[in-house]
Amino acid sequence: MIALLDVVARIGRGLLGACEASGKLAMFALAGVGHVFRPPFYGRMFLRALLEIGFLSLPVVALTAVFTGMVLALQSSTGLSRFSADSAVASLVVLSVTRELGPVLAGLMVAGRVGAAMAAEIGTMRVTDQIDALTTLSTNPMKYLVAPRLLAGVIALPLLVLVADILGVLGGFIIGVVKLGFNPGIYLNNTVDFVRNDDVVSGLVKAAVFGFLISLMGCFHGYNSKGGAQGVGAATTSAVVAASVLILAFDYVLTELFFAR
Amino acid sequence: MSEAAVPKIRIRGLSKRFGDKLVLDGIDLDVMPRTSMVVIGGSGSGKSVLLKCILGLIEPDTGSIEIDGTNVLALDRAAREAVRAQIGMLFQNGALFDSLPVWENVAFGLLARRMVSRGEAKARAVAVMAQVGLAASVGDLWPAELSGGMQKRVGLARAIAAEPAVLFFDEPTTGLDPIMGAVIDGLIVDCVKNLGSTAIAITHDMASARRIGDRAAMLFHGRIVWQGAALELMESGNAMVDQFTHGRREGPIQMELRK
Repeated sequence: MIALLDVVARIGRGLLGACEASGKLAMFALAGVGHVFRPPFYGRMFLRALLEIGFLSLPVVALTAVFTGMVLALQSSTGLSRFSADSAVASLVVLSVTRELGPVLAGLMVAGRVGAAMAAEIGTMRVTDQIDALTTLSTNPMKYLVAPRLLAGVIALPLLVLVADILGVLGGFIIGVVKLGFNPGIYLNNTVDFVRNDDVVSGLVKAAVFGFLISLMGCFHGYNSKGGAQGVGAATTSAVVAASVLILAFDYVLTELFFAR
Repeated sequence: MSEAAVPKIRIRGLSKRFGDKLVLDGIDLDVMPRTSMVVIGGSGSGKSVLLKCILGLIEPDTGSIEIDGTNVLALDRAAREAVRAQIGMLFQNGALFDSLPVWENVAFGLLARRMVSRGEAKARAVAVMAQVGLAASVGDLWPAELSGGMQKRVGLARAIAAEPAVLFFDEPTTGLDPIMGAVIDGLIVDCVKNLGSTAIAITHDMASARRIGDRAAMLFHGRIVWQGAALELMESGNAMVDQFTHGRREGPIQMELRK
């Protein structure tokens, strides 16, 4: 009986802890978003974050997109040929890339690259008293560190995904024409005819949400890190893992919202 | 009561608890205008928490903190910001922003309050750096390129750049060699005197305490156990202070060591 109560107590403690952490995250997110709209604004911090999240992530996102498009064309060709539907390769590639793989893979790559860097930078500022120093210098750390990164994440990710969409389709085009022997004009016609505005826009909306989640997780875990180098390391890991899982979970939720009939 | 007798900082019944641990236990402390108060005490005695409570970085559980007669704990957020703008702080490890060059660190408070343009801020930063013995060329370096002593000087320059009425120093000589420690102490005394500021410093360093302080107080287990002139620190007549200042193992302060 005592052992059973112990198990129930542990489960209860876990649930309470999860509720507390969720509430803390929600309050942090609300405060961060509130500061995006209230002056003073830190334009230099925003541009720095935009450069870090957007421009400097271009190479890794571009490579991921090109190779994903190439693999997708190859895989779909072998699969579709069983049903004599090889001609659907172009449409399958463009749909998969714009709706799903572009935003998700770009989000995961940026989460690994930028989410970790954000958590490490803000976490180091926390454990070396730099965040306290900001407060003593009449600067709200949420406004200076968090709000510009949240805004930059929401703006940079859709731009990256737009590039990823184009390069993903290009990767499929290269394999389709060079290896699978499609006529370039017909491949492009199939691509353009099949893709709709909704497909691209839904991917860009997903990207904006993923950008927000990546910045939020990086800032939240960094801001609340404690315990020196080990704490900063733990915050970095948590930021990347949490952002990655949330990207996949929100991908499902958004897909339901956009496409479930 | 004459104006000179009104404390610049007046703390009454200040308490703070973290979980089961009572860190501050009813602190009463007065710091008179244009004087320096040094707070000494062992590690974990509550010195840093006391400073952070006055700065508003930690909310105390009970008590009052008056600056110029106003209880800052009763003020709203905007009014507290205004009070905080009068305070400069030198952090123990410098806490310099490593993503900014030295001059921007020094001028950060001026830029944050939109007091000056960036050009004026840089000129002001160079002038303040000269006050703490740093050449203008140091302004373009990054904090990671500086030695410990130079980082302390930059931290001091940042603290005094906005000419605050109150200055806090958290372990200003920790990690420095004795000569550099004396240099930093000298700079602190000069800055406090030139600005006419009121200062609170917390330190373990007895030589530093006597150089910086006009008055001294000892914190033990969250309570002020002694107050007096800083020059009396080594001959206070208080058994706890004497044990601490002379670094004796035997005495009323028992270290909790597990064998």
